[in-house]
Amino acid sequence: MSEFDLHSELREVQRRLSILRIILLLFLLLLGGRLWHLQIYEGGYYRNLSDNNRTRTVLIEPARGLIYDRHGELLANNVPSFTLYVTLEDVKDREQLIQGLITLIGLDEDMVRKKLSARGSKLLPRKVKDGLTLREAALIESHRLDFPGVMIQAELQRNYPAGLAAGHMTGYVGEVSPDQLERENSSDLHQGSIVGQYGLERTYDRSLRGRPGQKVIEVDATGHVKQTVLVEKAQSGDDLYMTIDIRLQKLAESLLGEEAGAIVALDPTTGEVLAMASRPGFDPNILSRELTGKQWEDIVQDERHPLTNRATQGQYPPGSTFKIVMAAAALETDTVQPATHIRCVGGYPFGKRVFRDWKTGGHGMIDLKHAIIHSCDVYFYTVGNRMGIDTIAEYAGQFGLGKETGIELPSERAGIMPSTMWKERVRHEQWFPGETISAAIGQGYVTVTPLQMARLVGIVANNGVSYKPHLVRTIMHRETGHMEDSVPDLQGRLTIDRSTLALIQEGLAGVVTEGTATKAKSPLVTIAGKTGTAQTAALRTGPQEDIPKKFRDHAWFVSYAPVESPRIAVAVLVEHMGHGGSAAAPLAKQLIEEFVKLRPLDPVVANPEHPISENLSRRGAS
Amino acid sequence: MMDRVMDNRKPDHFEWRFLAVIVAILSLGVLSIYSATYSQPTPGLPLYAKQMIWIVAGAAAFLVMLTIDYHTIARLAYPLYAIVLILLAVVLVTGKTSRGAQRWIPIGPFAFQPSEFAKLVLILVLASYYAKSPREGWLQRVVLPSLIMMPGLFLIIKQPDLGSGLSFLAVYGAMLLVVGIRSKAVGILFLFSLMLFPFAWEMVWGGLHDYQRERIMTFVNPDYDTGGKGYHALQSRIAIGAGELTGKGLYGGTQSQLKFLPEGHTDFVFSVYAEEWGFLGVVVLLGLFIALIVLSVDIALKAKDVLGALLAAGVTAMIAFCAVVNIGMTAGIVPIVGIPLPLMSYGGSATVMTLAALGLLLNVKRRRLTLFY
Repeated sequence: MSEFDLHSELREVQRRLSILRIILLLFLLLLGGRLWHLQIYEGGYYRNLSDNNRTRTVLIEPARGLIYDRHGELLANNVPSFTLYVTLEDVKDREQLIQGLITLIGLDEDMVRKKLSARGSKLLPRKVKDGLTLREAALIESHRLDFPGVMIQAELQRNYPAGLAAGHMTGYVGEVSPDQLERENSSDLHQGSIVGQYGLERTYDRSLRGRPGQKVIEVDATGHVKQTVLVEKAQSGDDLYMTIDIRLQKLAESLLGEEAGAIVALDPTTGEVLAMASRPGFDPNILSRELTGKQWEDIVQDERHPLTNRATQGQYPPGSTFKIVMAAAALETDTVQPATHIRCVGGYPFGKRVFRDWKTGGHGMIDLKHAIIHSCDVYFYTVGNRMGIDTIAEYAGQFGLGKETGIELPSERAGIMPSTMWKERVRHEQWFPGETISAAIGQGYVTVTPLQMARLVGIVANNGVSYKPHLVRTIMHRETGHMEDSVPDLQGRLTIDRSTLALIQEGLAGVVTEGTATKAKSPLVTIAGKTGTAQTAALRTGPQEDIPKKFRDHAWFVSYAPVESPRIAVAVLVEHMGHGGSAAAPLAKQLIEEFVKLRPLDPVVANPEHPISENLSRRGAS
Repeated sequence: MMDRVMDNRKPDHFEWRFLAVIVAILSLGVLSIYSATYSQPTPGLPLYAKQMIWIVAGAAAFLVMLTIDYHTIARLAYPLYAIVLILLAVVLVTGKTSRGAQRWIPIGPFAFQPSEFAKLVLILVLASYYAKSPREGWLQRVVLPSLIMMPGLFLIIKQPDLGSGLSFLAVYGAMLLVVGIRSKAVGILFLFSLMLFPFAWEMVWGGLHDYQRERIMTFVNPDYDTGGKGYHALQSRIAIGAGELTGKGLYGGTQSQLKFLPEGHTDFVFSVYAEEWGFLGVVVLLGLFIALIVLSVDIALKAKDVLGALLAAGVTAMIAFCAVVNIGMTAGIVPIVGIPLPLMSYGGSATVMTLAALGLLLNVKRRRLTLFY
């Protein structure tokens, strides 16, 4: 292409560009004319339209899923309640409104002021108070004309019919916090949404929550609803059927009475939690309402820590119940044989000190089985010292100590199973052999949760097969109607010989028939178990009665029944109540007896029946 | 070969004016996004802050496109077009679906929209096609370029993304007018019919039954107005009209705050702005766009070669087309087709692409004293 051509082409392009410029500018001017027409010529008309454009979008909160026990007994539902909303845009005189609300229904002045001045749109209704009584709601409704912008909305309030019972498991709900909103980043949640804050309500929040719908309503200039433009239904949350039996649960809680402690009952063949009591407890109905700062402070600062679920979060030395682990380790490592006898003279000299047996004078010559039955300390000091802490820790780990069980509850604690490496890592110190002696009888650094101990004794009862403890049996998906049953989660099988377990089982049965827990002997059912007394203070002098209660020992009893074909494993811990044999064992016995009465002992089958499904089909038919 | 020397004189007032106009429009955009999303705080970083991040990313793209010689960039046109076509195909297969259309490729927390970049690449391709050698006859002038454009257009319409498809056609049409068609009369007629297409469309469209429109609209563009009742278009007109002369002030726009406006931060950002700042604000904004177009056409006019002139013309036409159609649809004289307002609407890919295109434009200007030989 010649130079000339290039230049003529460029000149041609330039000429046409001028045309392009004129066209583009014409279009922009045309737009300007159109906008003048809209905004100046017809502006008043559109301004009027926008002022009267008073459709409001109201969220329809979904009904939260229900929670039942294993037999369909209701544990959490929703009841209608009244909520007071204020739309600031429509409020004429804020001061008058505040005074009116105070005199009419006695609202807290600071609270109302804080709510009204909080950040947020003036045009959207904001929640000021929930849980109004019918009378309060009617009072406000009858003064409606005096308070423009005020709206009473019937809403669903979470309700726990069983009250205190099972509160630590069901948990409670509350308004979503800004942190949670940020973390979840879900369009289902908004300021003021109610979400689970504790227990299953929290763990299963996404299932229970459902999905909100919305309603577009048209209101006139005075705020009265003229018509509903659009309704998008809310999707209710899924229902949960728990593994617990509320009758057993209530009994377990009443057995503890006013004492602090925990009782856990499991089905060792599936891992289903049958009851899990923790005392002192709380009423989830109260915690699910909006609390004042003072109320909340009272609960959180309560010295007895009612919000702690002692079954999963309480960490206690296992005391002599730990001897189950010791016995398994000693036999498996061939440290002793079943027939090996050790002489117990009431003390075990080690280094400069003497570790004492609980029985002054000792048990004499004793073998492993009888050491379990009579809880001989010296026997286990001896085998513990021979094995060393790391061997003990390895077997304790097999039984699930030192790690969470994985139950569906938030903030489960793991307890501690010490080892030389553990001490190196956590305390930056070397392990002293004397500490092994303490650990051998479940003292020193060793701590466990009652749930861990219930599972541990359940593993023994179930011949070494371990299932993950769980609380939810079935989820009913509301959208599809599908019932999703949880399958027992097999966690493993101990690498421990059947004969070893059989010997331990014999020992545990002997504990109840002739040993330290004869108070657990029942005419209804055979029970096996192990007592424990967990020291809380290093020095123990004189009878327990003389020691202030907060320094007294914790009483343990871990057990299972029936001995021949175990169906229930129970761990009882009562804080500061002294000997396990006297304080804890009778509670386990009563719970087991009640279990037997409620569920007559049918022959054990490989796959336990599912009464829940029968229950449901029956309800569906009626 | 040609030895190219850059115009290394101090940037003149012309360039500062050009940059000032861009910054002014971007600022009004951030302000309007801030106001549109004010009453509905989203978790995480607010949208106006994200838009500012996009603007910083766009500024980087602007600098890159400004520094590399546009002849070098144009040589990459065909490889770039191939990459864009692959990305568009990937979107169709695996893309993130939003509101019924697949337009995005997720990259970490972000979503990348290849159809935006396709427009800029099309400008590069067509400009280098016409600038390379003598193109004689209607086959080489009209048909071949349209064949080059077709695969991209097809993939975009398939998503479906009617707005980007129309912008694609507009770029092609503008190029054709400036260089393609010999006869001046035909060219003018063509551009007029293209620009009048939306208006003519309205007339044809107006003659259809509701159910016919609904069918057509849900076919080509499922994300807007599925009810077909013109509800959103009406709400947008009310928003703009209610602004009157002086507007309702920042956050005062009830139409946007009460969520009558759909997509107040993206396609309908102009309605939010017009409701809050009134006709006075609108005059300022239109003035800024007019200044941008005048300055851009000026760059095209003073370009040293055909390639530069065509690049500048393509960028100008693309931005002007999007602005006119977007404002036209919010003002109710163009059907709602989903084209964002350049430099104002929220959107990462669009903001980065528009700023890159403007960088290319300034590139043409800064090299206009290029020496040959």
